Amino acid sequence: MKTNKMINSFIINGVLAVICLCWTVPTIGLLISSFRDRIDINRTGWWTIFPHKDWVSVEKIKPGPEVDRNQPMTFEGITATFEELSKGIETNNLRIKWIGNRRVGYLDVQKYSWTAATNFSFENYKQVLAGADYTATLADGTTVTERGDNMSRAFLNSLAVAIPATVIPISLAAFAAYGFAWMKFPARKMLFALVVALLVVPLQIALVPILRDYVKLDLNGTFLAVWLAHTGFGLPLATYLLFNYMSELPRDILEAAFVDGASHFTIFTRLILPLSVPALASFAIFQFLWVWNDYLVALIFIGASPTNQLLTQRLAEIVGSRGQDWHLLTAGAFITMLLPLAVFFGLQRFFVRGLLAGSVKG
Amino acid sequence: MKGSVANPMASTSNSARPGQSTSRIITSLLAIIPLLASLAALVWGFFFLRDIQLANDSNIPQAITVLMAIVWGVGGVILLFTTANFFIEQLSDNWVRRLQPVLFVGPAVLMLVWALVLPTIRTLFLSFYDEASINFVWFENFKFVFTNDAMLVVFRNNLMWMFFGTIFTSSAGLLIAVLADRSKFESFAKALIFMPMAISFVGAGVIWNFVYSVKPVNEPQIGLLNSVVVFFGGQPQAWTAFFQPWNNFFLILIVIWLQTGYAMVLFSAAIKGVSSEILEAARVDGATELQVFFRIMIPQIMGTIITVSTTVVIFTLKIFDVVIVMTGGQYGTSVIATEFYRQYFTYNNNGVGSAIAIVLLVAVTPVMAYNLRRFAQREVF
Amino acid sequence: MKKAIWQTIALLVVTAMLLTACGSPAPVATEAPIVATEAPAVTEAPVATEAPAATGTLLERAFAGEFSGTVVTATGPFVDADAQKFDATMASFEEATGIDIQYQGSKEFEASIKASLDAGNAADLIDFPQPGLLATFVAQGKIMDVSQYLDMEAVAANYNQSWLDMATMEGPDGPIMAGIWERVNGKSLVWYPKKAWDEAGYAIPTTWDEMTTLMDQMVADGSTPWCIGIESGAATGWVATDWMEELMLRTTTLENYDAWVKGELPFNSPEVKNAAEVMSTIWADQYVYGGRASIVETSFGDAPLPMFDADGPKCWMHKQGNFITSFFPEGSVGGEDYSFFYFPGKDEAYGKPVLVAGDIWSATNDRPEVMAVMEYFTKGEHLKVWMEQGGAIAPHKDADLSWYGNDIERGVAEIIQNATSVRFDGSDLMPGAVGAGTFWSEMTNYVSGATELDAALSNIDASWPK
Repeated sequence: MKTNKMINSFIINGVLAVICLCWTVPTIGLLISSFRDRIDINRTGWWTIFPHKDWVSVEKIKPGPEVDRNQPMTFEGITATFEELSKGIETNNLRIKWIGNRRVGYLDVQKYSWTAATNFSFENYKQVLAGADYTATLADGTTVTERGDNMSRAFLNSLAVAIPATVIPISLAAFAAYGFAWMKFPARKMLFALVVALLVVPLQIALVPILRDYVKLDLNGTFLAVWLAHTGFGLPLATYLLFNYMSELPRDILEAAFVDGASHFTIFTRLILPLSVPALASFAIFQFLWVWNDYLVALIFIGASPTNQLLTQRLAEIVGSRGQDWHLLTAGAFITMLLPLAVFFGLQRFFVRGLLAGSVKG
Repeated sequence: MKGSVANPMASTSNSARPGQSTSRIITSLLAIIPLLASLAALVWGFFFLRDIQLANDSNIPQAITVLMAIVWGVGGVILLFTTANFFIEQLSDNWVRRLQPVLFVGPAVLMLVWALVLPTIRTLFLSFYDEASINFVWFENFKFVFTNDAMLVVFRNNLMWMFFGTIFTSSAGLLIAVLADRSKFESFAKALIFMPMAISFVGAGVIWNFVYSVKPVNEPQIGLLNSVVVFFGGQPQAWTAFFQPWNNFFLILIVIWLQTGYAMVLFSAAIKGVSSEILEAARVDGATELQVFFRIMIPQIMGTIITVSTTVVIFTLKIFDVVIVMTGGQYGTSVIATEFYRQYFTYNNNGVGSAIAIVLLVAVTPVMAYNLRRFAQREVF
Repeated sequence: MKKAIWQTIALLVVTAMLLTACGSPAPVATEAPIVATEAPAVTEAPVATEAPAATGTLLERAFAGEFSGTVVTATGPFVDADAQKFDATMASFEEATGIDIQYQGSKEFEASIKASLDAGNAADLIDFPQPGLLATFVAQGKIMDVSQYLDMEAVAANYNQSWLDMATMEGPDGPIMAGIWERVNGKSLVWYPKKAWDEAGYAIPTTWDEMTTLMDQMVADGSTPWCIGIESGAATGWVATDWMEELMLRTTTLENYDAWVKGELPFNSPEVKNAAEVMSTIWADQYVYGGRASIVETSFGDAPLPMFDADGPKCWMHKQGNFITSFFPEGSVGGEDYSFFYFPGKDEAYGKPVLVAGDIWSATNDRPEVMAVMEYFTKGEHLKVWMEQGGAIAPHKDADLSWYGNDIERGVAEIIQNATSVRFDGSDLMPGAVGAGTFWSEMTNYVSGATELDAALSNIDASWPK
């Protein structure tokens, strides 16, 4: 019995470990790449930073111009044509290989041995965090280096957008979900059908009409504009998820409360909300992540206002007009995911077992 | 029993005496003051925040503005609900019954009508007009949408997304949730699986480029997948560009990777809600783990399974960012949302763009209907 | 009930406190909107129209300080370093006139510009890299006719006629001058790694035949001649359309090219098909680094990197516009590490055509200070600082070659000047559904082998808006 349990737990943990590894490897690749420069990233895989066996150059021989490259040539005691040398010739422990063009190439003597790429730097992070350097030449020939905006302001702005844009839809949705689940009123079914139907509306179709209203209210470029938009876009999912959760809460708890004369508002705030913490916390994370990583909504509604720019907008600009600095995204992606991860770890304790154990039926 | 519960104030209202009605009116009048006051404070805050952000020369530090914005936004909602409810509860029971649902459901419905319903109606109108929204063209746009070869590819792709995306995301999420629930390293494992959720789509695009990237045959591969293929003696492939339509699958894989964390979190919460006594009882009765899982666990969390599948189906129907970031809808990977975006914003074709969006709305009707049926089966007090 | 009354009182106290607490800063709030409505030239505009006789053009009046204190908003697709250069090049103007130009670029330019134009809050000035896109908005009557406000004789004197023709677009009430060309980008350039090139002793090809001989020579020398990559996210394929345009210019008449761009010469005509076939002779496995299959998957920005490989060039030639130098490895120096030559013509009869692209500024508002800025754009001197810093080539006749900060761009400007004919990037002129749609995607499908050439060309024809 005991050994059985141990085998079981071994299998479970083993399978879990394999899945976790698969899930994490791509991210590790990004993490490693974020410390490498653009040329390295493009030349060798990120895994080459781990020690591995490969052909390592031990000597480079630059043939002089007098060598006739159209005839078999002799190097290191080996005579071969250019074509053969390009493919590489192995002798003993060594390989001799022609690198590059017939005219300007060279011979590389290589040994099969342990190696690892070790060229790391914080340059990507520095550029993302502190702003890229712009070097400009003035009329008098001197060069000036100007530093772009740093990220702290954009970070603050993103926070100012993400927190209310998470709390507001959740509050509205929690009230509405309770209303749909536990209150009786006309057109209830129709309104709920509307909520479910709106789940599928792609937010792209709403951008122009909302922008029009904002222009009339002179609201464009403010955080308010983004909160309201995100509230609208997030509400269907929030209401749907919270409704599904709340409607499955055991009805005897509510009945008891009603018998005691509690009002809907009291039941909602004192009973349902505390019981719904796991669902609220889950949705809070999703909404926060969605708002935090959103670019399109911010672009349309904050767009023209440089002081209110968000993190994602800043990142998009760092990449440059034509995307020439895309390698900075490796560092940027990590910087932007720090806060969401902290939020996740902060809220994770709300998912613990026992919070609802035995109190929820399917 | 049911009737009396439906209006919880009924028992108290029956005992109300005539003499109390005047005092009730006075308290109701007094009770509206906090509501009006909080409304005024919020309106003032609205203008203050708007103007302070639009003014370029404000000397208030950004951090203070941000703090005020958060207090206004978060505090405003709480204040408004509390004061409004306070006001309503001072009214007679009949009014409470009538107004309380309005208070609970009203704000959400209002927001939805403004943000989504009106734009949808507008889109419906536009879908019957030509590209500049000037001439009425009847069903021309829909005819184009359903006969154009490129559009048919788009629909096929969306079906692939919906089918594979939902099945794999849900089952992987459930599997991991169950495994993690029984492992000692639960929170660590869940954090690792969840991590991709925290990555922006742009970041995810970069990450998966390091997996799918392809280099010429004799060069070192920088894409993980191709380096594995080459290691085992294969030819490097352009995974997201060739093998149409199966290249879609490589994009779907990204979404499975991103969204399994979502499914896992919800399943995990549901599993924790399943009474451990029932599970133990079944085990004591000699049920195998698989039986426990399929006979007890699954029925218990059926509600969550449907919730998760519904949201993932809808998410995959609306899939946009991943496709834009990875292929831009090229190589036969375009989906409905990217095609809408392209027609509407890039080609400036309001008519066809809107028609595509409407097709998307109609396509999801079965999912919606199923959910509504479940809703109708639920009893309400 | 008692409890309720106490609650009322408590709430009243709280709200009273809230209100008094908010009371003191309240004036700020009421003041702010006034400032906001005052700031734009709404109040000043009548003054300007009242005194039209002031002195000279809008630009002169601007320099006289008449519009001081006004704000002109601008937007466009360029961000980051380019936006900094734009700010720098406009700084002296802002200082002299007191007009504050607020530029804010957008990476999702197409979406944000359509959304803001549809909603009616677009920036005063918009920089369009694609005249085709601008034309759609002109047709909807959302763009000002600049010829109404500027001295067109002066403008005409400073530009080649072809630029003016390309800026003339069909509005709802007939043709208008939809904008002012600000910067151009020469496309018919082939970049090469100069150091290794010189060492290998290759000669710069000046004719098509010399180029093909050189290509075969390079293959015989054990390397591949061309670096080509067309991957560019949602815009994948635009590099291929550039090649198609180059070859159209080199294999058929200018009339045919113009007809093709207008949609009068179909894609499945023999002329276009011939150009595609000539292109395919270069885009062949033995001539392209990584083989034809890798073209589709290689990002256009990473494509030139193998030329600068630490192990020596893996490919030797890369045809691209002058902007590509910002993708070259950091620290590489123009004229030393890399240089360029003109992509040779194929047929004597068609001369030395040059393909260009460019940025055209258009106005959504006719406030005098906005038009004053537009007038400033017609002067070459406004680009001087940008030209010194590199990254801009002026279409203006009064822009001096000595202003260029580096020889590379001066050389590009010379090539444009010496061209027997200049034609604008055709895909940027075609309707969006083709020029930013099927032309890109079908060329991609053809190169990747997913579609046959004939089918691809017919598909493009089918998508041309009727």
